[in-house]
Amino acid sequence: MRVMVCVKQIPDPASPYELDPDTHFLRRPTDQVLDDTDRYGVEMGLMIAEQTEGSVALVSMGPAGNLQGIRQALAMGADRAIVIDDPTLRGADSLATARILSAAIGREGFDVVIAGTESTDGYSGVVPQQIAEFLDAPALTFAKKVDLDGERIRIERQTEYGYDLVETTGPVVITVTAGVVEPRYPTFKGIMAAKSKPIDQITAADLGITATSGQEIVAVRPAPERAAGEIIEDEGQAHIRIIQLLEQAKVI
Amino acid sequence: MAVNTTWVFVEEQDGKPAAISLELLTKARTFGGQLAAVLLGTGSAELFAELGRYGATRVFHLTPDERLPTAAAAAAMAELVGSHAPDLLLFGLTSTDRDVAGRLSARLGKPVISNAIEVAIDGDDVTVTNEIFGGAQLVDTVFRAGAPYLVLARPKSFPAEPGDGDTPELIPVEMPEVGQAGSAVVTGRHVEEREGPQLEEAAVVVSAGRGMGSVDQMAIIEELAGLLGAAVGATRAIVDADWIPYSRQVGQTGKTVKPDVYIACGVSGAMQHLVGMKDSKVIIAINKDEEAPIFGVSDLGIVGDVHKVLPNLIAALKAR
Ligand SMILES: Cc1cc2nc3c(=O)[nH]c(=O)nc-3n(C[C@H](O)[C@H](O)[C@H](O)COP(=O)(O)OP(=O)(O)OC[C@H]3O[C@@H](n4cnc5c(N)ncnc54)[C@H](O)[C@@H]3O)c2cc1C
Ligand SMILES: Nc1ncnc2c1ncn2[C@@H]1O[C@H](COP(=O)(O)O)[C@@H](O)[C@H]1O
Repeated sequence: MRVMVCVKQIPDPASPYELDPDTHFLRRPTDQVLDDTDRYGVEMGLMIAEQTEGSVALVSMGPAGNLQGIRQALAMGADRAIVIDDPTLRGADSLATARILSAAIGREGFDVVIAGTESTDGYSGVVPQQIAEFLDAPALTFAKKVDLDGERIRIERQTEYGYDLVETTGPVVITVTAGVVEPRYPTFKGIMAAKSKPIDQITAADLGITATSGQEIVAVRPAPERAAGEIIEDEGQAHIRIIQLLEQAKVI
Repeated sequence: MAVNTTWVFVEEQDGKPAAISLELLTKARTFGGQLAAVLLGTGSAELFAELGRYGATRVFHLTPDERLPTAAAAAAMAELVGSHAPDLLLFGLTSTDRDVAGRLSARLGKPVISNAIEVAIDGDDVTVTNEIFGGAQLVDTVFRAGAPYLVLARPKSFPAEPGDGDTPELIPVEMPEVGQAGSAVVTGRHVEEREGPQLEEAAVVVSAGRGMGSVDQMAIIEELAGLLGAAVGATRAIVDADWIPYSRQVGQTGKTVKPDVYIACGVSGAMQHLVGMKDSKVIIAINKDEEAPIFGVSDLGIVGDVHKVLPNLIAALKAR
């Protein structure tokens, strides 16, 4: 199967995120990392490709920077990547993002598209569904388990009350949760191989489309702060303070 | 006024409207104008009446078949939007709502703003407020692509209060054929057994994180919750580790809770966890790392080992 995995490069979550005060967009350094959420998608893609003697291509939109995050995914084993980087797409909303990604995916052709349930930096959680609609494919979302049975793909779709079994054949978009598979660590060989894997860097014009944001951030303001609480070190008596608080709150 | 008609998408769960839909209907009543519900579910006289009480004067009723209903529901809604021209469409941040809203957004070519905690209408501007950085900052975004405006709101952003509306006009709507997009079928449904108080409604939530150490230690959490009549909550870390089902997850991708007391045990307080619980009335956290971000939102922070504090607490509660 031809698998396309949507992956995002994001600023390292280990360092604090900042907005640009003029544009209100997230500051994106040259050094970005692979969104941890997407490591699950890459792993799932590799597993499907391995089972079906297929291939895995990555597709990513956003400032390419030094492509470190893309290479992390290539080092896991993906074959190649398409990166859409275009100044006209800065601050793209989810719909514009999905338009671009689906155009890139549609141009390649696919059997399975895999995405995360939500990105760490944007967390709109709707890009994959929008992509599915543009590609006229079903979206098997919130997969906590994916099974392949010949042409048939079956998932356990996580719901508020448990899970549903959902299945289909033919071209499909799947979103995977962080519990779906255990992502592999890149091997030394994988890291070396990633350096020479093809990365196709294109613009919106190359896809023959324009996409602009239909929404605008007009204000960013601090949220009302919570009063600072009391901090105590437990020396065997902390539970007494907890009980006092529970009594005060009238829950015991 | 730019917004004359608001529609609220309602998913039926357990024969009732999902809690979030009633919150959204309550909010939508404050906008004035026409208010309708788009129901995805089997429906019943009681359910329609309830939607009416919450302010819907019309209910567009979509009955799901064996298919995963999201693609067909989005297509049906796009048709309805075409013929009725509503201005504002409200959805809740749940699995099905997200799927339908996302697909509908693409079908209509209109953006959807997700994670809303507030929606304000001012003349021609519809402004949506989001929390970022774990709730430390608020972002106001306006739509620039014209109506209809699509919004996905976080649960518990608005209280649900019934009004005194009559039984609404019922308009059955076909679930259309949508080809490959609608080819997925639901072949089974696994509903978890639920014991004790509901996570979203409980007055006390005892929440566990990776700091509990291992799945066997969850027995202590269960025992404490039992003594307090509390619901058990969890971080995504231990849901992914399979210590506890997803329905217990609190946070960005899980449930939003606002109990009287939230007790976080071995929870670091990642941004994505905080957005689901920081509005609890009283927050108590036990963490051995004094730098843990959970202490930033806690009324009482205990720097200590859960394996010492919790047994002491349980013993003291039993002795009462
Ligand atoms: C897009 C996205 C969505 C997400 N959605 C959610 C969500 O909905 N909900 C959610 O919870 N997370 C969510 N996360 C994950 C989140 O970022 C964190 O990884 C997660 O909340 C951490 O869980 P934790 O606190 O259990 O684990 P950790 O961060 O590993 O923290 C464990 C804590 O336990 C403490 N500890 C260890 N041993 C002890 C001991 N003996 N006694 C006391 N304390 C101890 C440690 O000091 C530490 O602070 C999401 C992440 C992303 C990227
Ligand atoms: N700019 C992007 N490039 C590639 N994939 C993306 C992009 N934005 C979102 N996605 C995919 O869509 C998923 C959900 O993202 P979001 O809708 O932003 O929460 C992510 O986990 C990715 O798989």
